Amino acid sequence: MCLGIPGEVIEFLPDQPDLARVDVSGVRRVINVGLLADDPPEPGEWVLIHVGFALSKIDEDEAAAALSFLEGIGQAYEDELAALQDSRIE
Amino acid sequence: MRFVDEFRDADKAHALAAKIAALCEPGRQYKLMEVCGGHTHTIYKHGLEDYLPEQVTLVHGPGCPVCVIPMGRMDDAMALAAQPDVIMTSFGDMMRVPGSHGSFFDAKARGTDIRMVYSPLDSLKIARKNPDKRVIFMAIGFETTAPSTAMTMLRAAAEGLGNFSIFCNHVTIIPAIKAILDSPDLRLDGFIGPGHVSTVIGCRPYEFIARDYGRPVVVAGFEPLDILQSIYMLMRQLSEGRAEIENQYARVVPWDGNVVALKAIGETMELRPYFEWRGLGFISHSALKVREKYAQFDAERLFSVPGVRVADPKACQCGEVLKGVLKPWECKVFGTACTPETPIGTCMVSPEGACAAYYNYGRLTRTRVKEASGA
Amino acid sequence: MTTGHPSQPATQDGRPERPGSPQPLPGTVREELVLDRIDRARRARPRVKEERITMSHGAGGKATQTLIEAVFLDAFRNPLLEPLEDAARIHVNGARVALTTDSYVVSPLFFPGGDIGDLAVNGTVNDLAVSGAVPLYLSAGFILEEGFPVADLIRIVASMQAAARRAGVQIVTGDTKVVERGKADGCYINTAGVGVIERAGTLGVAQARPGDAILVSGPIGDHGVTIMLARGELDIEADVVSDTAPLNGLIASLLAKTPGVRALRDATRGGVATILNEIATAAGVGILVTEDEIPVRLEVRGASELLGIDPMYVACEGRVVVVVDGDQAGQALAAMRAHPQGEQAAIIGRVTAEPPGIVQLKTAFGGTRIVDLLVGDPLPRIC
Repeated sequence: MCLGIPGEVIEFLPDQPDLARVDVSGVRRVINVGLLADDPPEPGEWVLIHVGFALSKIDEDEAAAALSFLEGIGQAYEDELAALQDSRIE
Repeated sequence: MRFVDEFRDADKAHALAAKIAALCEPGRQYKLMEVCGGHTHTIYKHGLEDYLPEQVTLVHGPGCPVCVIPMGRMDDAMALAAQPDVIMTSFGDMMRVPGSHGSFFDAKARGTDIRMVYSPLDSLKIARKNPDKRVIFMAIGFETTAPSTAMTMLRAAAEGLGNFSIFCNHVTIIPAIKAILDSPDLRLDGFIGPGHVSTVIGCRPYEFIARDYGRPVVVAGFEPLDILQSIYMLMRQLSEGRAEIENQYARVVPWDGNVVALKAIGETMELRPYFEWRGLGFISHSALKVREKYAQFDAERLFSVPGVRVADPKACQCGEVLKGVLKPWECKVFGTACTPETPIGTCMVSPEGACAAYYNYGRLTRTRVKEASGA
Repeated sequence: MTTGHPSQPATQDGRPERPGSPQPLPGTVREELVLDRIDRARRARPRVKEERITMSHGAGGKATQTLIEAVFLDAFRNPLLEPLEDAARIHVNGARVALTTDSYVVSPLFFPGGDIGDLAVNGTVNDLAVSGAVPLYLSAGFILEEGFPVADLIRIVASMQAAARRAGVQIVTGDTKVVERGKADGCYINTAGVGVIERAGTLGVAQARPGDAILVSGPIGDHGVTIMLARGELDIEADVVSDTAPLNGLIASLLAKTPGVRALRDATRGGVATILNEIATAAGVGILVTEDEIPVRLEVRGASELLGIDPMYVACEGRVVVVVDGDQAGQALAAMRAHPQGEQAAIIGRVTAEPPGIVQLKTAFGGTRIVDLLVGDPLPRIC
């Protein structure tokens, strides 16, 4: 029910301004983008899809920021593991 | 899959788990509640509890809109479906919810015209294709889904559709969280905030939790790393003595929410003075109904429903599970009389219900799991 | 922390209880008791609680199993039926023969990658092949709806002949019935098949043992997703086609090169997850599969995510699940990959001793969860 899936906007339907075709891993579906009327998505942008409607745009910058935080954590972890390996008390 | 696979990386999970463990004060127990049923589902589906230290317990909250529907409302829905010339349409999750006389699924077997839809727009399509029938959409969900129902009604109005209506069971999340906070049975340290509800209502509505109750909230995404990162952010707040609202799901959740969505809801729906929640009792201003202006789309006005309040079966302890007081396996009928095939209560029926998630995914002690993966 | 008396365990936070008051058990002990109670409930004799047949009874999951055991097995019980494998193995004048039957009620009748005729031949051929038999002869019974276009029937029958030729079998007998408009949804087909078992030994899921490897012959979920999309109700477009295919060639090649194969099953309705559960239950073993190793096409994953369903439960029509002696896993994999039907074969997991009857999945994420039998029916009438 909370199911929201990211999908990429491919194109708008010519005669229906509220409808857009999106792609989710090679699967395409027409959804309603009326809830994003204040800032409609462009083809190539990503949206969050829930029960046939786009609820929100996916902010690529924020996504990149989230990922780089996670990369950083991962790297710090690896560094610590390496440090642990290298340091021997006996 | 983009924006999905990157948030499912096992190595980063280990790193986050180590950081979470490092933030635990020796001897202190931490109880964090994930409000949203979708989070409960992810936690069990990906075995996230395996990554948490013993000191951190996740408590499952009432954010499953299917789970909180009381039996009386289900009976009302069944009564609507049984009316002549009605086609009832519903999300898949509702098909097996038991009323006093079986579920939609059982009614379908007896010949009632009940159809599963993915979107309320599919329901509109059915209405257009069947002008001689009256199509009813069973509208459930929190603020995540209410905008879609609202837009569908606006569309129906624009098209002048005369045979479409909704049976409105939308509920709102804040009163439920407040009921949890006011409950004497629970002592929680922080909240993993609902992700998709927040795309609509934004993060401000949670501010009272930090300000008035002194508990931190982190609005979380639905991938495993999102949840682990959110737990890490909560633990950091707790160790630093902070109580703030943070947004881990910033790539999707705007701080101010979705104004268009809120306007659509406001245009077509209004708050009921009170509504009964399974397990939590009557909560004021916690659910939506169709406004007078859109009465022609309100199934409750167009048809008569019994409107009888039905108590939960005696054996059912869904209420306590929904409040997080009981873990699923602590319910007396869990797994024996109440299973996914023969559910007594909604926690077992909905795929997001804590009991269903635990039964389907988590039904092993941690030690057994470790034995098995070592074999 | 404890008092030293086994009958007086301490509470979860270590505080000793007042003597005489009921002792709450520590968290993990309580959980174990509940899980044991659940295991016992699950092993209890199956009963059909519903008064009427529902779509769940046809989904291939728990309800189907219960119906088979409580109604059909109960009434027909005999040693040849009891194994409940894909085909019965019988002796006829000294020869070992496999006999099977299947009915096809798929909607729509024509879909990307094939039609009901393909399914009707391939499905029955495969049920014989996984029993270790060489498929030889099929029967074909048709139930046709009044008003069904003859041109469609001709198309379906042509598919059946082409499929039969590809599989090397002949359709040697049949039957036709017509029912009134409104019944039979166009066309229902039943096929029965016989084959001869020349190979020594018996294949069967009950023979799985700890250490065995589990393989699958290719990407899962193609057929079910194709059907779902072909119904046109979900407004989803994707380039997925049904994987319907005869597997007797692949299986013959596998069996010839790998003596240690214990069991074969074709993964139809209920998907790979159902097969894994059948193996675990029949042999009283555990199974651990690894999510990363299970081949799933990108589009099938996408469609499944969109709809919130799990590809492990989605039907295939041209995939075989193999249980083989662990030492021969590499051999089996090579044998399958050498055949056109098995190019994307993969080793997906192992049979374990514990916990018996339970299938577990190691997620891509590293955690572990259970894969239980399907409840309900996400994709009605797919084969």
